[in-house]
Amino acid sequence: MNIIVCIKQVPDTNEVKIDPDKGTLIREGVPSIINPDDKNALEEALRIKDEYEDVRVIALSMGPAQAELALIEAVAMGADEGILLNDKAFAGSDTWATSTALAEAIKNIGEFDIIFCGQQAIDGDTGQVGPQIAEHLNIPQITYVEGLKLEASKVRAKRRLEDGYFIIEAELPLLITATKALNQPRYPSIRGIYEAFKGDRIKVLTAKDLGIEEYKVGLKGSPTRVSRSFTPELKAGDLVMIEGSPKEQAEGLIVKLREARII
Amino acid sequence: MDFTLSKEQEMVRKVMKEFAEKEVKPIAADIDKRGRFPRENVEKMAKYNMLGIPFPVEYGGAGGDDMAYVIAVEEISKVCATTGVILSAHTSLACWPIFTYGTEEQKQNYLIPLARGEKLGAFALTEPNAGTDAAGIQTVAVLDGNNYILNGSKIFITNGGQADIYIVFAKTDKTKGTRGISAFIVEKDRPGFSIGKIEDKMGIRASSTAELIFRDCIIPKENLLGKEGKGFKIAMSTLDGGRIGIAAQALGIGEGALEETIKFIKERQQFGRPLAKFQGLQWMIADMATNLEAARLLVYRAAFNKMKGLPYNKEAAMAKLFAANTAMDVTTKCVQLHGGYGYTKDYPVERMMRDAKITEIYEGTSQVQQMVIAANVLK
Repeated sequence: MNIIVCIKQVPDTNEVKIDPDKGTLIREGVPSIINPDDKNALEEALRIKDEYEDVRVIALSMGPAQAELALIEAVAMGADEGILLNDKAFAGSDTWATSTALAEAIKNIGEFDIIFCGQQAIDGDTGQVGPQIAEHLNIPQITYVEGLKLEASKVRAKRRLEDGYFIIEAELPLLITATKALNQPRYPSIRGIYEAFKGDRIKVLTAKDLGIEEYKVGLKGSPTRVSRSFTPELKAGDLVMIEGSPKEQAEGLIVKLREARII
Repeated sequence: MDFTLSKEQEMVRKVMKEFAEKEVKPIAADIDKRGRFPRENVEKMAKYNMLGIPFPVEYGGAGGDDMAYVIAVEEISKVCATTGVILSAHTSLACWPIFTYGTEEQKQNYLIPLARGEKLGAFALTEPNAGTDAAGIQTVAVLDGNNYILNGSKIFITNGGQADIYIVFAKTDKTKGTRGISAFIVEKDRPGFSIGKIEDKMGIRASSTAELIFRDCIIPKENLLGKEGKGFKIAMSTLDGGRIGIAAQALGIGEGALEETIKFIKERQQFGRPLAKFQGLQWMIADMATNLEAARLLVYRAAFNKMKGLPYNKEAAMAKLFAANTAMDVTTKCVQLHGGYGYTKDYPVERMMRDAKITEIYEGTSQVQQMVIAANVLK
């Protein structure tokens, strides 16, 4: 069984500081981490690997050369190998171009049974890449998964909704996007770290290696345009204390919300 | 000269930091309060090969290096000095002498389960009348056929009562002074071996510090570690390495206390502004950060020498002397900067101050470190 886990290296937003004058993120010196939801995706793959024989887990990422470290960490956690898509041609890719490249890389790997992705990345927050990969590959997808059971050639997944959940069954091969509730990711072991850095566990591929036409990826292949990015101004609202009994307070609140045309 | 860590060591730091924050920190105050040995921390560390970091994979270790081990002790000690010393005593004082002086059979039988973390180790040298004067030990081992018969007692043994395998020092020849001391590997279930008093301590309260009692304890001859009469040399060289571990623990305690204090003084307001805006307090912070950086360089230097096979007796003593002194000084000032809050158990700095004190005492008091340093410098 082949499992592919898509991971993204992101800045650790817990460590990001804001430049007080410019209002922009200070990225310098901010450590890079594996996107947290992607760690849940990887953990689920590793759990299947722990449970069943002959499971190969391949971690796949697209990014700058330093993203290799995220793949090494994935190998240190227990993935069998890592593939990094690294090419100037990929620079500036939006979610569409990214999913195009990742889908091509997955076709290049060949056989697979499950693709795991995190539900979304903490930097871009789009949640689009996973579903797009499934569309490119024309396979079923189950997003926002918080529980998963593998049964022969199908899976039973618990898919989170805002006020409940679905239980969904689907045939392999398919794509799953993982939520934090799915599992508790393991740490890389110390032995795993030293072994992951040895030898050639990480393969680096370019657009040419995958046979992707350059116009399909990078800025050229990205229909999304960022027209402006800005920090929203913080508006200090007027503070009104609504007093009285709980009933009076609730009524007062409804009045205020109606006045503001919120309800 | 190159101050950068290897990529492996950097990743070890990242993982240890995350592990310490998520797994160890949440229970640190509680186990201190209850004096409860954190068995779950030992099991979790074992799972991720943290209990055998510098030893080869074929002996159950992680295949890492001394620097990674020191970083691990430092990161763990930032949040919990108790767990730091459990790790340090196990690795430096129990695994290391077997790795260095053990026969292949002893490594197979004892080092592998220790380095895998399936078993916990301890080192038993100190006795009621032999602390700094380690040559004065009175525990005796008499050869009787294929066995040694061990009689005597040990005190203040870190991991005592919790460990499965003990490196025990005893006199095999009373007439020969330090050359009459031998080292033995003793399993916890040997007949005649029992645990006595468990100490109620000021700091590192969740670590187990115990008395060991040997009454006609029979040890097979194969459990002699190194040659007969070489025990003192084994003990001293083991402590040289152990000191780097304790220096790393002291460093971690100091760094942990400073991190907590920086967070506190940025938030705590007096006279209409955060404490961090007062220059007098900034100067205290600057001095503490500088001393900790100096301690860190000494600790890493000693670990570097050990890793490269260079002499490290003096370097380890200097690292421990300075790091322990700095830890005590920094944690005391951190309590001061917290004011009344710092004196309560609502904040971790009072625990860190209690924990720091032991680093000036065990594995050679600061005065012993000064003796070692002076002997090196004056020779």
